[in-house]
Amino acid sequence: MAYWEPITEIGEVPLVQPKSSLAEVTEDIARVTEKRAPLGWWLCFLLAATFTGIFTLCVSYLFYRGVGVWGNTSPVYWAWDITNFVWWVGIGHAGTLISAILFIFRQRWRTAINRFAEAMTLFAVICALIFPGIHVGRPWLAFWMFPLPNQMTIWPNFKSPLIWDLFAVGTYFTVSLLFWYTGLIPDLATLRDRSMTKWRQRVYGFFALGWRGSNRHWQNYERAYLILAAISTPLVLSVHSVVSMDFATSVIPGWHTTIFPPYFVAGAVFSGFAMVETVLLIARSVFKLHRVVLMRHLELMNKFLLLTSMLVGYAYAMEFFIAWYSGDEYEMAHFLHNRPMGPYWWAWAWMVGCNCVVPQIYWSKKMRTNIPVMFVVSILINIGMWFERFVIIVLSLNRDFLPSAWGLFRPTIIDVGVFTGTIGVFFTFFLLFMRWLPMVSMTEVKATMAQADPHRPEGGHESHPVAAHGALGAHGALVPEGAE
Amino acid sequence: MEMKAQTAPLRAPSVVLAEFETAHDVLHAAEKVREAGYVNWDTHTPFPVHGMDRAMGLKDSRLGWIVITCAITGLTTAFVMMHWMNGVDYPLNIGDKPGGAPGTLPSMVPIMFELTVLFSAFGSVLGMLHLNRLPRHHHPVFESDRFRRASDDRFFISIEAEDPKFDLHKAKALFEGAHAAHIEVIEEEVS
Repeated sequence: MAYWEPITEIGEVPLVQPKSSLAEVTEDIARVTEKRAPLGWWLCFLLAATFTGIFTLCVSYLFYRGVGVWGNTSPVYWAWDITNFVWWVGIGHAGTLISAILFIFRQRWRTAINRFAEAMTLFAVICALIFPGIHVGRPWLAFWMFPLPNQMTIWPNFKSPLIWDLFAVGTYFTVSLLFWYTGLIPDLATLRDRSMTKWRQRVYGFFALGWRGSNRHWQNYERAYLILAAISTPLVLSVHSVVSMDFATSVIPGWHTTIFPPYFVAGAVFSGFAMVETVLLIARSVFKLHRVVLMRHLELMNKFLLLTSMLVGYAYAMEFFIAWYSGDEYEMAHFLHNRPMGPYWWAWAWMVGCNCVVPQIYWSKKMRTNIPVMFVVSILINIGMWFERFVIIVLSLNRDFLPSAWGLFRPTIIDVGVFTGTIGVFFTFFLLFMRWLPMVSMTEVKATMAQADPHRPEGGHESHPVAAHGALGAHGALVPEGAE
Repeated sequence: MEMKAQTAPLRAPSVVLAEFETAHDVLHAAEKVREAGYVNWDTHTPFPVHGMDRAMGLKDSRLGWIVITCAITGLTTAFVMMHWMNGVDYPLNIGDKPGGAPGTLPSMVPIMFELTVLFSAFGSVLGMLHLNRLPRHHHPVFESDRFRRASDDRFFISIEAEDPKFDLHKAKALFEGAHAAHIEVIEEEVS
């Protein structure tokens, strides 16, 4: 049996719709960037751009007045800003997980979603990096975080997990960008070669770096991709571990927990997969990618969500158990009383409900393969994961050791505007990406197809002619936007 | 002669380009080209074809050596930076823990790891581009219109005229014997 053949005995189905030709895959994916954007794209884009505008207004006001416009106050000095930061970094994790870890494990189904997820990583990490940047109070002095020579001749304290975090998230963004771009090079060459206008040819050609599909190049390219995957695998596990150390190295009950690094990583993968699914379902229906994004991919993602949901649920349970087992009265007061029964009990209920209870419906194959169900569940998971960070940060801070220091946090309208604004920023980037870049890796999808196998006796002949799908099929017949 | 050269510049073949319809055909054609003893030749495929490295007789990629050098540089840079900044230039004693190594080595681990990864990532991408001599936006094969399909669904082999064994007719005959779907000679102006 060839490597590309599905194992029908265990119920596997092909990764690309059967009898698709190589040219059809190119066509399906590349035409999205060449034709006029569908109405659905414009509607989504206008909505996203509106929220980006709200973000700009709120952040401008924040810079004008200072961080006092947020609800952060004693004792809750870290609130939505850090919640949003952790939430966005977490969402970013699925990208590298899919592109690196699933690559190393030779999970070939990842080809349908990896480009997508990598782009999501980039945009999510951009949104994440905004928050520490604007939370420092004087954002024009944000460069003080870097180890640069200065007039006070002092350096950052490298024992602080906050500076580890700066290096971890900065490295993560840079490596994700390099990984994403490396994967894009051959596909940019495809767009360059298909371009009907001069400017398309120039722009895509510039970024394709003169790629000519040479096997001498593929050899180094594949090695580079493998090395990037290999170094990104420990990187993705390290980033959220380091983020969790921002909390775990402190002595606050609810933060001072050794389970945090693996717990944060599991939660990050969980929320990241949910976000990939939300965005993928929208893109699949708006851009009609049913040939490459099959129900099999979606079902596998749902199984992944079920697995990571239970990992997260295990971590929640273990926090409770250790709080009781430790016998520490502050730990017990926090976990056994403040979280489920304190003033923010509803946040805790959202967290447990969305993250542990709702995904259990994926034990049923009927639910795993139902598109409206998975859309709603993926959004609920992201809500639940946002509440998880809210619970960890605000609930741990609002009741300190001394009852006289207790206080409640209330978000302001600016908090809401900045947070929903970053969702707009994220989707604005994402929609532009979907419109102008191949959102599925054509190269990698083709490599999983029967035609890619040179050892087939019939020689990998195309299963049916290129022009079989209407006017868009043949090369010359393609008329992209603005070609006339 | 000089006048003629100005009006119609001399052209000579620079690349012979053969097109194949399947991965199977191009793989076996590549074996024949290698057996014929060519050096300056290449295959062009929309995705990496299994077994092509062996068919072309390529040596293993040298990229790993570049990356390991970068990784060690990153690790050393991180250690030296933190040790010098917190332990030598402005010793920071926090919580009765001295600023430099070996006392604070455990807290140096995260940043040493991150910079190792960061330097390695730059090493693998820039090293790959360097080994491939990219970016290179001009190449004789781009003169061919049919070559546009090399990034879509067709497979190509190019033999360059620079090759010491190059002979136009022999190269064409070789491709014809290897089931090429189309053969094209790309010419270049001779200065």
